[in-house]
Amino acid sequence: MSFEIRVTKRLGEADVSLDLTAGEGLTVLFGPSGIGKTSVLNMVAGLLRPDAGRIAVAGRMLFDDADGIDVAPERRRAGYVFQEPRLFPHRRVRANLLYGAADEDGLAATVAMLGIGHLLDRWPRTLSGGEARRVAIGRALLSDPAFLLLDEPLSSLDRGRRGEIMDAILRVRDEAGLPILMVTHDPDEAERLGTRIVGV
Amino acid sequence: MLTAAEWGIVALSLKVGGVAMAAVLPIAFALAWVLARVRFPGKLLLDAVVHLPLVVPPVVTGWVLLLAFAPAGPLGGWLERWFGVSVLFRWTGAAIAAGIMALPLMVRAMRLSIEAVDRRLESAARTLGAGPTRVFWTLTLPLSLPGVLAGAVLGFARSIGEFGATITFVSNVPGETQTLPLAIYSALQQPGAEATVWRLSAMSVGLSLIALLVSELLTRRVRRGLHVL
Repeated sequence: MSFEIRVTKRLGEADVSLDLTAGEGLTVLFGPSGIGKTSVLNMVAGLLRPDAGRIAVAGRMLFDDADGIDVAPERRRAGYVFQEPRLFPHRRVRANLLYGAADEDGLAATVAMLGIGHLLDRWPRTLSGGEARRVAIGRALLSDPAFLLLDEPLSSLDRGRRGEIMDAILRVRDEAGLPILMVTHDPDEAERLGTRIVGV
Repeated sequence: MLTAAEWGIVALSLKVGGVAMAAVLPIAFALAWVLARVRFPGKLLLDAVVHLPLVVPPVVTGWVLLLAFAPAGPLGGWLERWFGVSVLFRWTGAAIAAGIMALPLMVRAMRLSIEAVDRRLESAARTLGAGPTRVFWTLTLPLSLPGVLAGAVLGFARSIGEFGATITFVSNVPGETQTLPLAIYSALQQPGAEATVWRLSAMSVGLSLIALLVSELLTRRVRRGLHVL
């Protein structure tokens, strides 16, 4: 199984709990805003500690409170594309892309796939929303991830850009063969991209 | 223009201020980082202790330093035994007094700039495979650097203006501990030295103004989310 997630977490007044087992491909976590979908991604990435439960991805146990397993985020190999690009403002696009990469081997192919070759020498603050989003996706892919976490990857983009990013995600899904967990509140997105859809 | 003796006073002030700032910089940064990032019992107390030199009468700070660094004092005895040196009546003592007095200002500026670093960028770096040490060197430090430098410059300005703790701790020895404010004080006691007071005061104001301008420019860079390097 690609994702085995059974967690509970109390966040303020609300309880987030999820029990999910998903196979290959792209799994969509679908539901309205504000019910803790992003918190689930943060727990899978190791940025938020569940109160109880277990998380395994692609057969590797990342968190299990019963066994005291809690792998540090930098060892989980999560390719996490956050809702906002989170590019490092003091590094140019090229350095952002290579931040998590062991070498420059994959750079050319990734850059070509995402169509960001002309941006490599730019500073993040000069990028448009769609450009920054593609750079963030490239940065996650180049860190040699074992799986991908996508948080509303198409939100706040205009129609043309949405098509581009959606194509890029489909290509990653089909070519890289990585398990992907994606959060969205948009039913069309969920329908078009998801191998399966999990309502939350 | 200044006489040779007066240039000597300016040079001594710059030396005392520079050494005080350089020595306190890493301590101030470590304190600022702890206060900005770590939760622990007694944090409020540490915060208060760090700020003490800002509010305690400088003469008290100087007297405490005198007790600590006197030959029979805990730090003075230790320096004497292990290194055979004393900082009393020496410029090194003036630098210690200036550094202690500058510490709270430096910690304040640095803490604000560390708190301004977007933690979300740091968590993004973690997911990209960077451990806490790499995150510190590649994100936290470079992104807070303008504020850290602004704090250092502010501390330097405070150091060259230090008076009360210095004169209490290491006295007013021409050529050794007599920095600009102490020299101005001495000149005020002498009949007919008004011209000296004017020149040294002008120098003092000029140096402070330059330091404040540099500090303010760096702080603006922090607010605009820019970086130095």
